[in-house]
Parts: sequence; C-alpha cells; structure tokens
Amino acid sequence: MSDTLTKAPPQAPTRPWAKIIGTAVLLVVLVLLPVLVGSHVAYLKLAQYVLIGAVGGIGLTLIVGQAGQLSLAHPFFLLLGAVSYAVLAGDPAETPDLVSLHWPPMLAVIGAVIICGLVGLAFAPVAGRVRGIYLGVASLSLVFLGLWLGQSLGILTGGTGSGRPPPTFSLFGFPFSNTTPAPTIAGVAIQKQQRLWYLFLAFAVLAYVLARGAVRGRIGRAWRAVRDNEAAAAAMGVSVARIKAGAFTISSAYAGLAGVMTALWLDLVKPDENEFTGNYSLTVSIAFLAIVIIGGLGSVPGAVVGAMVVYGLQQFFLLGANEFGWFAGAQFGGLSAVILAAFIYGLAVVLVVLFEPGGAAAIGRRLAASLSRKEQR
Amino acid sequence: MDTFIQLVVNGLGKGAVYALLALGFVVVFKATEVVNFAVGSLVLFGGYLVYVLRDVIGWYGAAAVGIVGAALVGLFIERLCAAARGADQNSLALLTIGVDVIITEEIVRRVGAAIPFIGDPFDARPILIGNVAIFRTQAIALVVGLVLITAFFLAFRYTDWGVAMRAQAENREAAALMGIRSSRVTATAWLIAGALAGVAVLFMATQDFSGAGLGRGTHAIALIAFPAAIIGGLDSTAGAVVGGIIVGLTESLSAQYISFDFSKSAVFLVMLVVLVVRPSGLFGTKELSRV
Repeated sequence: MSDTLTKAPPQAPTRPWAKIIGTAVLLVVLVLLPVLVGSHVAYLKLAQYVLIGAVGGIGLTLIVGQAGQLSLAHPFFLLLGAVSYAVLAGDPAETPDLVSLHWPPMLAVIGAVIICGLVGLAFAPVAGRVRGIYLGVASLSLVFLGLWLGQSLGILTGGTGSGRPPPTFSLFGFPFSNTTPAPTIAGVAIQKQQRLWYLFLAFAVLAYVLARGAVRGRIGRAWRAVRDNEAAAAAMGVSVARIKAGAFTISSAYAGLAGVMTALWLDLVKPDENEFTGNYSLTVSIAFLAIVIIGGLGSVPGAVVGAMVVYGLQQFFLLGANEFGWFAGAQFGGLSAVILAAFIYGLAVVLVVLFEPGGAAAIGRRLAASLSRKEQR
Repeated sequence: MDTFIQLVVNGLGKGAVYALLALGFVVVFKATEVVNFAVGSLVLFGGYLVYVLRDVIGWYGAAAVGIVGAALVGLFIERLCAAARGADQNSLALLTIGVDVIITEEIVRRVGAAIPFIGDPFDARPILIGNVAIFRTQAIALVVGLVLITAFFLAFRYTDWGVAMRAQAENREAAALMGIRSSRVTATAWLIAGALAGVAVLFMATQDFSGAGLGRGTHAIALIAFPAAIIGGLDSTAGAVVGGIIVGLTESLSAQYISFDFSKSAVFLVMLVVLVVRPSGLFGTKELSRV
C-alpha cells in the first residue's frame, strides 16, 4: 500500500497491461497447442492431464486454502463424477446390462457436476460439526465408501474387472471422436485428442475464471473470514454453517468435473480394486493435496502450477519412457516414471513447507514485485 | 459361537496393533500438535529393515534393528519439523505427507515385486484350542500390545519423562518456564511414535493380519491408525487404545458378517458416527472458542 502512496503513479497502468498481454499470449499458445505439437499426440495427452489436475486442484484449493476445511475426499468425487457421466450419457445399445440413461453428453456433464455438488452438500452436516484434522480423516471415509460402492454397484460402475466405456462427448451433434473428413487447423487434422484438448481447455478456463471470481468476491471474503476465525466471521454476519456447506458443494462440483475429464481422458470408467492404487485412491488424495501445497494454499493460479508439477511431471516421465525409452533399465524395483515423479513432488512439498510456505503463488508474487521494482529504476 | 470367539480374539489382536499406532500418533500430537501423516512410512521403514536384515542377523536381531530404525526416522521427521521454524502445525502436517511420499515410494521400489511377509516366528501358524482356531500373530500381537501399552501408561504416569510430557501437553510455555526442555520432550515423543510403528509392522506385514505384505497394502493399513486415534480423541492416550480396539473389532466382525470388502468402509463409518455425536472423539478435549 505504502508503495502506491509514495511512488510515482504512472507505474499503476503498466502492470495490468503486461498481465493482459501475457494472458493473451498464453491463451493463444494454448489454443494453438494442437498445431504446435502436430502429430505428437502424446504431448497433447500430457497437457490434457495437467488440465484435469488443474480443475481438481482449483476445487481443492478453494476449500482447503480459502475456506480452511481440510478435505481428503477428492478422489471420491472424481469417481462419482466419472460414474455419473457414464450413467447419464450412456447408450443402452452399447452397454445393455448397465444402467444407461442416454442423456445428451453436455447435459450429462452438467448433471454429473450437480450430483457431485449435491453429495458434497450432503456431507456438509458432518463438515459443519468437526474441524481440522478430524474433518480431514472424516472426509477420508468417503474415499473408502467410494471404493466399496464402486466395487459393489457393478450395475452402475461396470465393476472393477472391466469397468465401462465413457460415452463419447458431443456438442450439438459434433462428436469428440475421430471422424473422416476431419476439420484441419494449419494442416493439422483436428481429431479426437485435439477436440478433447479444446473441450478440456474450455472446462479449465471456465473453472479458473469462476474460481477467481469467487475468491475475489463476497463469497471468497466469507470463506477467508470463516477460515481465519469462525467466531469473528459469525459476528460479522457470515453464516458459518452455510458458508462451509457452500464450500464443500463447490469443491465437490469441481472434483466431479475433473472426474468427467478423467473418464474421457482414460476412455474408461473403472472403480479401483483397492484403496491404495488406482485413479480414485488415497494416492490421489495425497497427490491433490500436494498440488495445492506446492501451488500455495488458496491460490487459484498456484493450483494450476501445482498441477503442472504433480500431474505434469508424472505424465512427462511416462511420455519419456514410452517415446524415448527413459527408465528402460527399470523393471520391478527400478526407478520408474511414476516413482520419480512422486519423489519430486514429495520433495517439493517438503521444500515448500521448509522454505516458502506460500508455495508457487508466493514465489510468483515475489518475482512480480522484483520485476516492477526493476522497471522503476 | 466358535467363529464369534475366533473373530473377537483376532479383532482384539488387530485392535492392539492399531492401538500401538494410534498411541504413537497421539503422543506426537500431544507433544507438538502436529498430525503425523508419515505413520505409514515409519511402518514400512521398520519392516524394510527386518526384511533386509533377517537373513543376516536373524529375525529377532532384525526386528530390534527395525524398531530402532523406525524410531530414528521418527526423530528425523522431528528434526525436519524443527527446521521449519515459523511454520504452523498444519504446514508441518503437510510436511510429514511429503516425507511419507518419498520414503514410501523408495521402499516400495526397493521391495519391488517381492512384497514379503516378515512375521517369521508366528505367521501362518494358527493355535488350535478345541474347535477354535486363533491366528498366532494376532494372539502374540495382543500380548505384546498389552505389555507395551501398560508400560507406556506406567511411564506416562510415574517417570520424569511422563510428567514432562504431560506438562508440555498442558501448557507449552509454562512447562518451558518450569525448566522442561521442550525439544527433548518432542524428540522423545517422535522416537516413541517411530518405535511403536516399528513394533506394529512386525504383526501387520503378515499373512495372518491382512495378507498384505510389506508394500502399499501395509502402508494403507497403517492409515487405519487415523480412525483409531480420531475415535478415541486425538489428545487422549487412553482414547487411542479404546479407539484401536473398536477399530480392530469393527474390522474383524464386519468382514465376517457383512462382507470383506465392506470391512474398511465399516471402520470409517463407525468413525463418522462417533464424530457426528462427539466431534472431538470419545475422550478428546472439547475445543472451546472464546470470544
């Protein structure tokens, strides 16, 4: 604050311009990414995966960082979102022995997100009563519940053996799958993976913008008030129970969307066989928490950076293993792609807590501050 | 009836192991208010030492080394936490997650496809009493658990360390002013947590206990210590023991009478019910908010 008072005012308009240009360049690069990577679809898959982590991570940073409610239940809502989408949009002709409602896919995505939000809301009475670590472990019970339900409700989930195929996404009759002839951008055919990239990008941008808006607005202030001091928040007229319930609902809806994306990305909806490996397991709880910590608790852009570190590195190493034969010597007991990625993000979490508790967001702020100082000199 | 007795004994045995883990958890929480998410990696580290050393120095020697090793890892985490000056308790809990990820991945990698069982002297040798077959692992776990828990409570009640520990849990600043070295109390708490995890793994990574060898499966089972500690109340040592027993019995009985897949969910559902009725656990101190 004192900076703006004591120093020359012209500095104020320069920063937003840099920011706007930077954002525009970033968006153009993201939109042109399928062209940039060309036929290397594996890179596109990597980028899609980062967006899944980003959407889920934003949802988690809102509840853990902004509202101060520790939640480890994210994988449960991912599973719920994936299964809901498959059930709502499923074609009875393709999966005759599973529940399939054959909704239009876009409606099914919205339906899946709403279902996740409502289940999150249903968890709110528990969330309203318990705090801190008690809440974290209580939310862990949802992951175990999801594991069991996923295994026992085979008619919805397809069971742990084979799972069920997620219905192809389509929008106003335009299918997100391979077609001939395919539209092209600069000579690159826009096929299934390219189309999914644009879909994911749209989801992620929507998720990002909504989260930023929420954080900056009235609801974000209410979250932070509840996080910092419940009694004070209540005294200021914030309905603590309602705000907590709202935070859970929104965070769960985000996780649900990430779940739909996971289903489309994997091209498979399959519940886990056990609680410690798989796409909806405890490992994923921890990975999402790592995303949020590395990015800086409560920071929406930070969650995106965290997703790059945690989700991106893992896929990057896997890609290296597939394309360039990294870790070729690694059989069982070797240093595999997944393990190396886990080392790095585990170490990143430790280093962040030790040296920069604000995470990537704080580092970013500091860089921006030092840059603007240089400009003035 | 025979089945029931068998289930209860096995459940109590499992409960004793969970109680040991939960106790380590509670001791650390009382001393430092840090939630130790790394309990799974403490367990795996102790077990790994046993796995590597048992052919070299025999099982009993390896077990002793494993317990000491796990305790030292506990101390290492305590040192890390101490290095993060100014970080609050929540950040430190997150730090333990980071440590847990690293240690666990490394051990899972080293063990590879072997996923060994390490309860050599007692594993897969049921005791037959009449028609009742009792897992030897669980029976021994129950005895060892009882001895250790009794020893812990005696120490907690009567030794200087116990007094210092309780004083620090009551009021850290006042205890420090009375000349209690808080760093030493904290370090001991982590050592105990590590050692208890080192003992617990001897029974956990067996065919009798869960059929999960030394690997991710056992790491996940160690997480059951959370519901155990939470049910009892995070800051209650007696609660940890009660919570452990409740969890062990719930798991064992629901696996038989409902379904094996449901047994872990059942543990968490019981915990949810307890939390809704008593948000700070059965014996935990209620959090007061003063305005």
